[in-house]
Amino acid sequence: MTVDVGLVLVAHSAPMAQGTADLARQMAPDVVIRCAAGDEDGGLGTSLDRVQDALADALGTVDGVVVLADLGSAALVVEAAFELDPALARRARLVSAPFVEGAVAAAVTAQQGAAPDAVAESAEAAVHSIGPSPVLELVESSADDSPAPAGTHASGETVQAPGAPTSGAADEATATAQIRNKLGLHARPAALLARSVADLGVPVTVDGADASSVLALMSLGTVAGQRVTVAARGTDAAGAVDVVVGMIEGGFGEE
Amino acid sequence: MTLDAAWAERWMRRSAADMHAAREELTELDRRIGDGDHGVNMDRGFAAVASRLDDEAVPPRETVAQVLRLVATTLMSTVGGASGPLYGTAFLHAARVTNRADLDGAGVVALVEAAAEGITSRGRAVPGDKTMVDAWAPAVEAAERAADGGDAVEVLRAAAAAAADGAAATVPMIATKGRASYLGPRSAGTEDPGARSTAMLLAAAVAAAGAD
Repeated sequence: MTVDVGLVLVAHSAPMAQGTADLARQMAPDVVIRCAAGDEDGGLGTSLDRVQDALADALGTVDGVVVLADLGSAALVVEAAFELDPALARRARLVSAPFVEGAVAAAVTAQQGAAPDAVAESAEAAVHSIGPSPVLELVESSADDSPAPAGTHASGETVQAPGAPTSGAADEATATAQIRNKLGLHARPAALLARSVADLGVPVTVDGADASSVLALMSLGTVAGQRVTVAARGTDAAGAVDVVVGMIEGGFGEE
Repeated sequence: MTLDAAWAERWMRRSAADMHAAREELTELDRRIGDGDHGVNMDRGFAAVASRLDDEAVPPRETVAQVLRLVATTLMSTVGGASGPLYGTAFLHAARVTNRADLDGAGVVALVEAAAEGITSRGRAVPGDKTMVDAWAPAVEAAERAADGGDAVEVLRAAAAAAADGAAATVPMIATKGRASYLGPRSAGTEDPGARSTAMLLAAAVAAAGAD
């Protein structure tokens, strides 16, 4: 799988940007993440030069970049950089997203090989992961827009539509699994599960939510001990369900 | 008085001196309703502008636009916070309409309009938000009125006077943009530091024309 979209984190505080990048990399090890944080003297603030350098550096490696900014003035600096160099604006886009949640969501989506649009949308939808009642409809509709999981660029890995003529018959499978994690399918297990499902290349749902979407999984609000229904359709649906049930029941290596 | 490239350079050197002198005043305003760095940022930015104007390695400027473009890129790189991109964009857009040896009344109107348009397009603030737009918007209106029969310096003087009044009028306003907006009603009672520095900047333009 090729990761074509990188992130640039523009923040007033270098430790904050670095910490956010660390958090995002934990779930998305292959995504290029560059920070442009702090002013010229290393104090709190933003710097146009640092933003330009980070954008140029990231775009030297990947085709497209999604930019997150921490406060209004950081966003203004990014827009000024785009105005000074319109070529940058064609390959980079600033999203209106919460800094930490947006960076994590964008990185995980980029890790799955998604296009810039989908990475940007996942960052913007991440605002719904904060607060007492996630807006499930919005999260789901944005998940619907994301590209087919993993590997659609390689013919051998293309997602099978149900009933498509293949060597193994396309089929459906359903099973239940019990959530083991104390905090349910929170960010880390959701990211691990979403990544694995994307790699499987078979559409899988958990209680109806797209299991390749971190946000959709987190929005289920699952709790320890809850039973969920895992369903898949496509080639080796049963194998995919087994993998997902195994991961959920395995507790993702947590207590 | 001709408003040419030499005037634009005097304007910027004068601004650098004024920002340095007002460093504490601007910082104190910003400490009350912002992050307390506006005076430091403006002083640093305009000092950098002055030193670039003195730099033998930088080609001499023949048009107002060339001066303003140099100011724009220098401010964007050296002024932290929102002011760097905002003032940088203002001068960048002003440079687009001042590509000539000297400015007449209509030329000054175009400069002020383009600068104000740069600020609003970047910051998306409107009059009444308690931002520098509250100084720039009345400056544009006053410049347009003065251009009817007024010469370049009269237009400039009208714009500067209106900006000063506009800045003073931000005192009772409640901020709805930027970090001051998080203070809500507590932002009332303090002049907006960006509106204040805008008024200072336009006053320096008048002083540089020898008409203060």
